[in-house]
Amino acid sequence: MSHYYGQFINLLAAILLLLSFAMLGQRRILSLINLFMAQGAVLCVSTATVAFVTGQSHLYWSALITLLLKVILLPWILHRLIRRLNVKWDIETLINIPTTMLIGIVLVIFSFNLALPISELAGTVTRATLGIAIAAVLLAFLMMITRSKAVPQVIGFLAMENGLFFAATSATYGMPMVVELGIALDVLVGMVILGVFFFQIRERFDSLDIRHLEQLKED
Amino acid sequence: MSSLSGSGFLSIDWLLTLIAAWLLIGCAGLLAPRQLGFVGRTLYPLGALVGLALAAVAFGALGETAEVAVLPLGLPDLPFHLRLDSLSALFLLLLGGASAGISIYAAGYLRKGEGTAPGLQCLQYHLFLASMALVLLADDAYVYMVAWESMALSSFFLVTSDHRLPEIRRAGYLYLLIAHVGAIGILLSFGVLQSGGDLSISNGVADYTFAHMRAMPHDAFWASAAFGLALFGFGAKAGLLPLHIWLPEAHPAAPSPVSAMMSGVMLKTAIYGMLRVSFDLLHHPLWWWGVLVLALGLLTALFGAVFSAVQSDMKRLLAYSSIENIGLLFVGIGLTLTFQSFGMNALAVLALTAVLYHCLNHAAFKSLLFLCTGSVLHATRERSLGKLGGLIHRMPWVAWLALLGVIAAAGLPPLNGFVSEWLLLQAFLFTPSLPHAYINMLIPVAAAAVALTAALAGFVMVKFFGIVFLGQPREEKISQAHDAGWLERLGLVWLAALCVLLGLFPVYVIEKLDFVTRSLLGVGVYPAGNNTPHGWLLLAPISADRASYEPLVFLLMIGAVITATYLIVHRYWHGRARRSAAWDCGFPLQTARMQDTAEGFSQPLRQVFEPFYRQTRELPTAFDTAPRYRVVVEDHFWYWLYLPVARAAEFGARCVSFLQQGRISIYLLYSFLTLVALLFLVRG
Repeated sequence: MSHYYGQFINLLAAILLLLSFAMLGQRRILSLINLFMAQGAVLCVSTATVAFVTGQSHLYWSALITLLLKVILLPWILHRLIRRLNVKWDIETLINIPTTMLIGIVLVIFSFNLALPISELAGTVTRATLGIAIAAVLLAFLMMITRSKAVPQVIGFLAMENGLFFAATSATYGMPMVVELGIALDVLVGMVILGVFFFQIRERFDSLDIRHLEQLKED
Repeated sequence: MSSLSGSGFLSIDWLLTLIAAWLLIGCAGLLAPRQLGFVGRTLYPLGALVGLALAAVAFGALGETAEVAVLPLGLPDLPFHLRLDSLSALFLLLLGGASAGISIYAAGYLRKGEGTAPGLQCLQYHLFLASMALVLLADDAYVYMVAWESMALSSFFLVTSDHRLPEIRRAGYLYLLIAHVGAIGILLSFGVLQSGGDLSISNGVADYTFAHMRAMPHDAFWASAAFGLALFGFGAKAGLLPLHIWLPEAHPAAPSPVSAMMSGVMLKTAIYGMLRVSFDLLHHPLWWWGVLVLALGLLTALFGAVFSAVQSDMKRLLAYSSIENIGLLFVGIGLTLTFQSFGMNALAVLALTAVLYHCLNHAAFKSLLFLCTGSVLHATRERSLGKLGGLIHRMPWVAWLALLGVIAAAGLPPLNGFVSEWLLLQAFLFTPSLPHAYINMLIPVAAAAVALTAALAGFVMVKFFGIVFLGQPREEKISQAHDAGWLERLGLVWLAALCVLLGLFPVYVIEKLDFVTRSLLGVGVYPAGNNTPHGWLLLAPISADRASYEPLVFLLMIGAVITATYLIVHRYWHGRARRSAAWDCGFPLQTARMQDTAEGFSQPLRQVFEPFYRQTRELPTAFDTAPRYRVVVEDHFWYWLYLPVARAAEFGARCVSFLQQGRISIYLLYSFLTLVALLFLVRG
């Protein structure tokens, strides 16, 4: 029975990776938020599954927090934000999408190579997914680098946190509850601060393009 | 306060209450930040009372068994440990006694429209006092550093209270910079003391308490490392060469009560830290530590004296004189370490007593002198010696009290400065018994240098008093100067009285200091059991037939000679004198311009010690109708040490500045590449 659960978790991990690539390639902010929401949902389900298989009851709480925060609250805030900022249209990237994808594939290979010795040591049912978790972190990071608008960068930041969370669940059945709550709070606070920041940037430069921030540099 | 549950209300609890009272007084200043009457007439005198109470409690705690307290503040699992032993009590006594005088003076000194709002300044001032008291009570590295840094920050804000002037901002920045560089040294020193060089902390205790450090065995290398770092850190705070550079900038920039507080008390917290680390936390000094400290102290003392001789700003002059006194204190510490390393504790105790005594003395007379400059500054709006003069007629109170301070600072009997310098020289006289040939050869040179420093200090004080208070006013506006108000006089009288008492009753003082030396070295100048072998009058630290000093008899003799001279001159000589128009000796009229100037007075010394200075002179030609003479004396260290360091830092910054592209993507790329590289590294 537990074999099927293992397969199920692997499936979810694959979906997570797929969603990461989708986010990397997505130009529209609105779809980006929906993809982020889907990623949160996958994360929530996988955490709950791990909790069910291993009987680690605190992981249910993690799953619940994920559901509330990443599937409901943050996408809602982001939706509101882009409506008020009026920036739902296409976004340009610094490097074109196919090149980004190729770099992404290299990153995934690197991550799997990296995770190989660790997964052999780990005794968890989810050990095979560690490579995917690392890849998700790196892909989100890559997305932050390649986007020039502020909102997609923040989504990249949040997606990176998703990857970290997934890595924690797959390697050690999650972090202690205190740490998890702390991180959740951090993400929320970071979101609020960045939201305020968006308005400041727009007020100053009439645009959310962060390339304008280059003017702040002192010569 | 955990100690409350023990045996009633201990001294340390009283002290904590008093520190809290200081903080409360400071916060009360914020209630009415602009009301001078409330802040000056109510809060500062209250602060002075708290200072007196602190001194009284600390005095009672001298020689008692150490008391400890644990405050439930700070980080989880890392509460504040406090401890009151004889060494802390002595320095708390110093803090309380000096701050009582300075606070009551500050109550009368505050004026409207000078820098920071009075209420805010009141907060900074009392925070400064409270953090100094906490430094002296600290019993773990954590609370020590917290208090140390709040002391540095509050004094920084006090120094820059007139922050509209660019040179004051510059002085404040320099002060803050060196204070922080020094704090790093202290922090690292505590780290080494805690771990004993064993980075794995295998013993399992990471509480950073002094009790742990005391019990920790240190091998020679790590003990030396801890000692060197502590010397660097505390030296930076005290103004030891070559980290003295902030002192002559910050002291003149600060308001006078603050200068008095910094010079009189804050520098002593560095001495306290040095004593705490060298004699309490470390146990077995190596002989070369002593020689190193001795040499550095000697250089500092000589440097300070030589530089203070050529200053023409009265507060800078006093600041350099503080450097000189700090140098003497370090000489004493070095001598103590040397004696102790050879197991000669009976002699080490003499040098240590000289250090502790001089701490008290310097706190009293230097605060007094700085406060006197404050009164002169307020009366004349002038700091430059070249424009003052003749103030003894306008400001008799300040002048006569300053005379007491000047005699003390010059190290003349029967005031207090003499006693400690005499003790220090006595300690030097015993060095031939050291079992080390090279030290024996070098020490006489050091003793001669100390004597030279003392002589130069005398010269400096003659210059200070003579130029400011004697002669004729050099500027017209000086004639309108007024004497200090009654609150200011009260503060000055208190400090002057301390100078006199410390000078007249050395036997009693040394008896009290013995509690401290006994706790640090195990022996006192006098045998335990509180019986003074030579009675109350005669001070004879080693034996009466070797060297002795009786200040009261000395005072009586001086008094008798002066009275006799006065009587003889007035009764028998002047009575028969014939008054008539004099031949004038070529001086038909005397103007202020005929007097010796500050520059002229110190010109011979500037010639003698020329290599010490970096001077630029502008000499007028013989045909100049309005001749002006200008000389600027600067510090070699600034050009040889500080500017190269600053330039190197700037060059380094320019080298890495290409990293700053101003684009978030690039910055993210940096972190990304670092992350990938690190992941790649840990993979193998």
